[in-house]
Amino acid sequence: MADSPLLNVRSLSRVFGTQHAVNDVSFSINKGEVLGFLGPNGAGKSTTMKMLSGNLAPSYGEITINGYDLLSEPKQAKSHIGYLPETPPLYKELTVAEFLYFCAQINQIPSSNRKKAINIAIDRCGLNDVAQRLIGHLSKGFQQRVGIAQAIIHSPAVVILDEPTSGLDPIQIKEIRHLIRDIATEHSVILSTHILPEVQTLCDRVQIINQGKLIFSDSLSGLSQHMQASSLLVTLKAPPTRVQLYTLEGVSSVETLSPTQFKLHYHPENNPTELLLEQAVSRQWQLMELTPIQHSLEDVFMNIIQQENSAMEQS
Amino acid sequence: MLALARNELYRLFLSPLAWVILALSQVILAYLFLTHIDYFIQIQAKISAIPGAPGVTELIATPLLSNAATILLLLTPLITMRLIAEERRNESLPLLLSAPLSMLQIVLGKFLGTLGFFFILLLLIILMPLSLAIGSSLDFGLLAAAFLGLILLVASFTAIGLFLSSLTKQPSIAAVTTFATLFLLWIIDWSTQSTGLFNWLSLLNHYQPFLQGEVRTSDIAYYLIITVVFLTLTVRHLDSERLN
Repeated sequence: MADSPLLNVRSLSRVFGTQHAVNDVSFSINKGEVLGFLGPNGAGKSTTMKMLSGNLAPSYGEITINGYDLLSEPKQAKSHIGYLPETPPLYKELTVAEFLYFCAQINQIPSSNRKKAINIAIDRCGLNDVAQRLIGHLSKGFQQRVGIAQAIIHSPAVVILDEPTSGLDPIQIKEIRHLIRDIATEHSVILSTHILPEVQTLCDRVQIINQGKLIFSDSLSGLSQHMQASSLLVTLKAPPTRVQLYTLEGVSSVETLSPTQFKLHYHPENNPTELLLEQAVSRQWQLMELTPIQHSLEDVFMNIIQQENSAMEQS
Repeated sequence: MLALARNELYRLFLSPLAWVILALSQVILAYLFLTHIDYFIQIQAKISAIPGAPGVTELIATPLLSNAATILLLLTPLITMRLIAEERRNESLPLLLSAPLSMLQIVLGKFLGTLGFFFILLLLIILMPLSLAIGSSLDFGLLAAAFLGLILLVASFTAIGLFLSSLTKQPSIAAVTTFATLFLLWIIDWSTQSTGLFNWLSLLNHYQPFLQGEVRTSDIAYYLIITVVFLTLTVRHLDSERLN
């Protein structure tokens, strides 16, 4: 039991009419993991999240949460998940404390523990100063925090957050990310987003979903391997000829961007940076700039999606 | 489930709507109450000589509670329209759906919470005829029967309103459809050629005997059937929404 995954999803599908919103998705999440669910808008992220939280019944497939099947034992399974949808589900006419009290009640927290659970949730989400204020009067960032507090109040095993930072300002985003990282120390978190840096800063494992299909699933380090630099941007005041640069060991191709600026591509296992520096000094090329060009996560993302699309066209 | 009902009732009283409805229904019914008293005082002298003539309860309480039923018909859609439609519009329904609650518990919680509000409203209404007990003797049996009828009537109103609120995202549409449905069920036997079924369906038909002091099992069963049927339909509809 201890080693089995907290949440296990097997060949999950959801059909709307003739359209497969989610198509044969399988994955699992272990204790203490933060799983990033990445995909463009309309890829099926929210549909998957809704199914995991029991808001939408899957067309096919099976979801097990902490050993309980979501379809046959929904009550037990649901008591182990906390869910924050895209729009936080709040009663804006209640105060934060009243709302969380209600959440504690409907999540069947025994009355002896209720106060404690509410206080912990308020503390963790930094809601102490606004606990007695009406939710409707709070800023969007604080409303989002109340939404998160609502999701963790019954200390569920898995917390599902659907685009928790969308529509917030940069400072709020930073704070919410901080909060999510804090939550991840005690709960497993599934996070859906289309913001790639968010995944880089928060997640242990990444899954990319596109058109309802899971097209990439790996650890964050696996993803960053995809992102490894394989080109250098060089500016030389007294440049050598292109051929001279090309003959440097490891360089696979040279692009001339301007008379003094070049882009060198190389094989990842054979980095010519040191050699280039040496040569530039000894031959007085007058090096002005040397920047390793990193693939942004965006590039990788687009690459993976394009690869997948072309593979589909071929087959 | 009770937590849900309490929350529903509490949130209702946070909105001005509940207070306005309570206040205005009191004003209207108080006015009617006074006209009934006025009428009673006028004819009191004439009927006091007739043996077996209708008393205070029949002449004041019965018409008042009959009026109350009409007013409730108008008010129920305003209260029930928000039950699910508004949650859907605010996208707060996932809060309940992802909590460890069954759909039946959610629906019953909302139903009982709303019924709680109407119970308060009915208590305020019944206080008016009860106040007559200070100066005269009342037929408490008749009053109790009429009150029971009113509660059953409102329970069926609420169940119908809850169901129609679960069908839509727009509270105003829920209100209009609820009002139309209730009104249709109210007048369904007005046609001169109405058959047995139409007669049986009429909400009003089953309420009249209560006002006469007759508590019939068939009438109680009718209201309970209506209530249970619409609550079941609501549960079924919300469940099927998760599937489709």
